[in-house]
Amino acid sequence: MTTPTLDEQVDQWRHYLGRRPGVAASDVDELTDHLLASVDDLATRGLSDDEAFLVAVKRLGAQDDLARAFATEHSDRLWKQLVVADPDAPTAGRPTGPAVMLAFALVAGLAIALPLQRTVNTPSADAWVWALVALLGVAAVLGAWFWWLRRPPVVTVVAATVGVLTIFTAAGVLYPFEQGGMTQALFLVHMPIAVWVVLGASYLGRDWRRVDRWMDYLRFSGELFIYYVLIALGGGVLVGLTAAIFGFVGIDVTLTLARWVVPVGAGGALIVSAWLVEAKKSVIENIAPVLTGVFTPLFTLVMLAFLAALALTGNPVEADRGLLIAVDLLLVVVLALVVFSVSARPADAPPRLQDWLSVALMVSALAVDAVVGFAIAGRIAEYGTSANKLAAVGENVVLAVALAVSAWRYVGFLRGRRPFVDVERWQAGYLSVIATWAAVVALAFPVVFAFA
Amino acid sequence: MLVGKDLVAASATPLVLGILAEGENYGYAILQRIAELSDGRLDWSEGMLYPLLHRLERQGQIEAFWSTDSGRRRKYYRLTTNGRAAIADHRAQWDAVVTALGRLTDSAPHPRTALGGLA
Repeated sequence: MTTPTLDEQVDQWRHYLGRRPGVAASDVDELTDHLLASVDDLATRGLSDDEAFLVAVKRLGAQDDLARAFATEHSDRLWKQLVVADPDAPTAGRPTGPAVMLAFALVAGLAIALPLQRTVNTPSADAWVWALVALLGVAAVLGAWFWWLRRPPVVTVVAATVGVLTIFTAAGVLYPFEQGGMTQALFLVHMPIAVWVVLGASYLGRDWRRVDRWMDYLRFSGELFIYYVLIALGGGVLVGLTAAIFGFVGIDVTLTLARWVVPVGAGGALIVSAWLVEAKKSVIENIAPVLTGVFTPLFTLVMLAFLAALALTGNPVEADRGLLIAVDLLLVVVLALVVFSVSARPADAPPRLQDWLSVALMVSALAVDAVVGFAIAGRIAEYGTSANKLAAVGENVVLAVALAVSAWRYVGFLRGRRPFVDVERWQAGYLSVIATWAAVVALAFPVVFAFA
Repeated sequence: MLVGKDLVAASATPLVLGILAEGENYGYAILQRIAELSDGRLDWSEGMLYPLLHRLERQGQIEAFWSTDSGRRRKYYRLTTNGRAAIADHRAQWDAVVTALGRLTDSAPHPRTALGGLA
């Protein structure tokens, strides 16, 4: 091996310095000049390049101390800034900058706003169809955005996405739903879940067949949700203030806001959020796992308190469908908490406290589910079945199985019997079960229950 | 004998501004000038100089520009009008301190050597 040249040594030194927080690229340049000036100086005094470099580096002091001094002066740099145009971002060789993203966002916004114009002053039967078109339209634009980013080379992915969207549109338009009926509501709730999972294939592109990559889609979805909520909060403030200040000069803009600004914003924010998640992926720590860490113990405590209260007071469980839906929602939240704590966990890390907390969360959720299920089982049969009841029970089973197997595999991992990847695989693979169930409720239930 | 840390820190800004008043300059040369002016008794580190330069730049007392005249990309600093005005202020304050300490050493009965290095 040859000894590295001065340039190589300097490059390496620059590389390490540049990676320290608080040191900007221009600082690295400035300090490099300092280092080289020092090397030159020492070289004129008869030192070889090698020796001069060593002495100069030593004089400059430990990079740690240097970086700390910079960080103290530029504390703002420690707040990692989102570099909007990241040259290293992987793309399919297409422009994905803010301009293109905004174009997609505008189309997504119009996909919601245009159909909604048709719902104004029309009978509810038509309104339903246009609402559906808006929902599926924005899903199609999101799918197109994924396709634009990654260009899934597999025809099957594109065909499947287009096919699924077409089937749901056709079903929504052609099914003779009873307006405001149960099956219509079930369709509206479950269709987005199935579509969401299917869009994952476009998101993953080439890797859609690999189960472990679906964890990425879960991570993406969690962050997307958080960004969307944040943007929605900001949008709410914007809309409220706009209406207020225009109101003071006697101009009523509420109609314009409600018919155009809010729908366009709602659709556009989806693309903006999706873009933000990708743009900042490697820059800022993900937020979803942080929230998960905060809420996992809290939810566990709430459920344990609920079980304790039930046992101590002996109050009968007020068994009705509302309770079942509440428990279903609880299981959804618990599953989401577990999924995001799993998604943020390095698969090769040894068991740690957070893992035990996750297991405690799952076990207590399952206990609550069992108690409620036991109390409600008799009542369900008593009043016969309806589409809503069956859907709620089915959801409960789907979610409970997801949690039970997750918990089982998790315990296996904690006892050193299985690798952690098993937990991830199960959760990612289970997405297909969730999608299938959602599709069944949306597409088959209306037929079975005569569109009531 | 080295000057104490606190005093080095307190004298840092007037010293840097004063050196830049002699003409635009860059980090390495500024450090050398400080060593020269103080006969090596002011112990400055790079970790002190560069953040200080950046702070003064942010405060608008000096401005930076890049030049490649030396054959390398080098960041030079020069005084702004604000910085020039600040020097006068620093000098007045510094004179007040030196005067006070000087009077003290003249009238005080205890050994001059204790404060001799400061004046």
